[in-house]
Amino acid sequence: MTAKARKSLYQFDYRRSPDQDGPVVRRPVVVVGAGPVGLCTAIDLAQRGVPVVLLDDADRIGEGSRGLCYAKRTLEILDRLGVGRACIEKGVTWKLGRVFQGEDLLYAFDLLPETGHAMPAFVNLQQYYLEHFLVERAGELEGIDIRWRNKVVGLSHLPDAAELTIETPDGAYTLRADWVVCADGARSPTRAMLGLDFVGEAFEERFLIADVRMSEAYPTERWFWFDPPFHSGRSALLHKQPDGIWRIDLGLGADADAAHEQKPEVVTPRIARMLGHDDFELEWVSVYTFQCRRLERFVHGRVVFAGDAAHQVSPFGARGANSGIQDAENLAWKLARVVKGEAPVALVESYETERVAAADENIGHSTRSADFIAPRSRQEMRYRDAALTLARECDFAKRMVNSGRLSTPSTYRQTPLSTPDAEPWAGSARLGAPLPDAPMERADGTPAWLLGEIGGDAVEIVMPDGADHGPPPEGLRRIVVGKDLIDVEGRFRERFDAVPGATWLVRPDQHLAARFRHEDPERIAAAARRMLGDAA
Amino acid sequence: MTDTRDLAPSGLDTSPRLPDPDRAYRALIDAHRGLTDEESAALNTRLVLILANQVGDETVLEEAIALAKGEAG
Repeated sequence: MTAKARKSLYQFDYRRSPDQDGPVVRRPVVVVGAGPVGLCTAIDLAQRGVPVVLLDDADRIGEGSRGLCYAKRTLEILDRLGVGRACIEKGVTWKLGRVFQGEDLLYAFDLLPETGHAMPAFVNLQQYYLEHFLVERAGELEGIDIRWRNKVVGLSHLPDAAELTIETPDGAYTLRADWVVCADGARSPTRAMLGLDFVGEAFEERFLIADVRMSEAYPTERWFWFDPPFHSGRSALLHKQPDGIWRIDLGLGADADAAHEQKPEVVTPRIARMLGHDDFELEWVSVYTFQCRRLERFVHGRVVFAGDAAHQVSPFGARGANSGIQDAENLAWKLARVVKGEAPVALVESYETERVAAADENIGHSTRSADFIAPRSRQEMRYRDAALTLARECDFAKRMVNSGRLSTPSTYRQTPLSTPDAEPWAGSARLGAPLPDAPMERADGTPAWLLGEIGGDAVEIVMPDGADHGPPPEGLRRIVVGKDLIDVEGRFRERFDAVPGATWLVRPDQHLAARFRHEDPERIAAAARRMLGDAA
Repeated sequence: MTDTRDLAPSGLDTSPRLPDPDRAYRALIDAHRGLTDEESAALNTRLVLILANQVGDETVLEEAIALAKGEAG
């Protein structure tokens, strides 16, 4: 994909593992692929006390900026994994977008109009910085054994396990695992080793992606053009990155010649037309096409697929890395409970149910965005142009204009882990969705965020009404609002419709699994067991 | 742009009415996949007649025509 060789930013050393000598060793969890998804899975597991072997065929990171936009929910996950602050400090925070047609502004949007959240709507950050923060974090955790230049060349099922053949500079070795997580990317070699189909829609439209260094100060916003004056009949996207670098994405049509389009003498004038000057430096250029597709199943015996290895989307909407990291967090707590013998193997099946539905949602959004951005026939172009024209005056058409529906977390609607609401609820908290954050104060008066205080635990939140609630359900930590955490700004009450006597059950991935307006110890205990997979 | 909508109390509602506009848009696009231009035009014409009947109000239909023509011009 890369147009020109680029020096890798970070280099790691291959080290021989004791597992390479002697009889075949069996590990609880082996993760294949040290990209963002594999690293997040490994860190989350290690934070939950499960040792992980993380294999990667390379020994460096830093080729191209790649995944760029990290959404609020992903940042909340990264924060729990210990790298949220680093990402925000290094990254470019934004929430505003503008959509243009020709020279005219069609509309602007705000992705997080309300305050009172620890994390911003979006942070733009080159993927290699995220990976570097994650590798550093992994190094702080005792349970993670990262093995660079360990290339998986064989993968097969065993009863209640899987076996990997791994090539290293010292030759091949065999490793067994109770569970293997395959996070080895869109071209996933492990997927091929198991002979699994990867079906969906391929798009012919080619896009040019370029990272450009310049001193010009555009606003920190996402700008998207349909039919821009500098790139007639196509699309264009401009995004800010750290280090004075800007991401440019230009539609080229289906017939573009990828090799030709990446030549500096072709790219440079194209970008100069867009920027109105040639005072910039090309950092990275690539031409891509994309596909929207997924594996039919993500869980195959003891082998579980996550991220791009399981599903692929178009880049419009930033749903690739974001959904992959959300896969990781969905899987990690479940695997941890199963590996530690706290829940039956069936709990992993809920990963299948929940993340396949999430993948379909992401594929749906990204497919529809691609349809709008790159019409495939004259009639599709007419529909697109009609929507754009009407959008200038009519709100209904504005809602049809689709320059990418930006990543939001999935709400798990059909899941065995949730207990349906018995009564209606107001507020922005939704059953099956991640909890909305809220500013709180600890008992000692120090400020805190709700999500930060929940962390990765299974939690029961109680809004007291003076009655005795007895002990919390087994395996859950109780947070009493007004005692452990004070709702100083009233945001918790507003977002959770928090009436006195109410109870919320929160999964270890911070999704809401059940809520009760009135104390009901038996039903709450049953919902807690269901949430943790015990009643599966 | 005509200001038809602003001249008189309008029966034509141009606020978003579809719960999932992206899904509706995709349904229209999908209906045309694999059709020739001629077939697409015929499909759209039938569709307009069906939807006009669904609207069930000549005044609203006339306002919609005026809006569409104004945009085209």
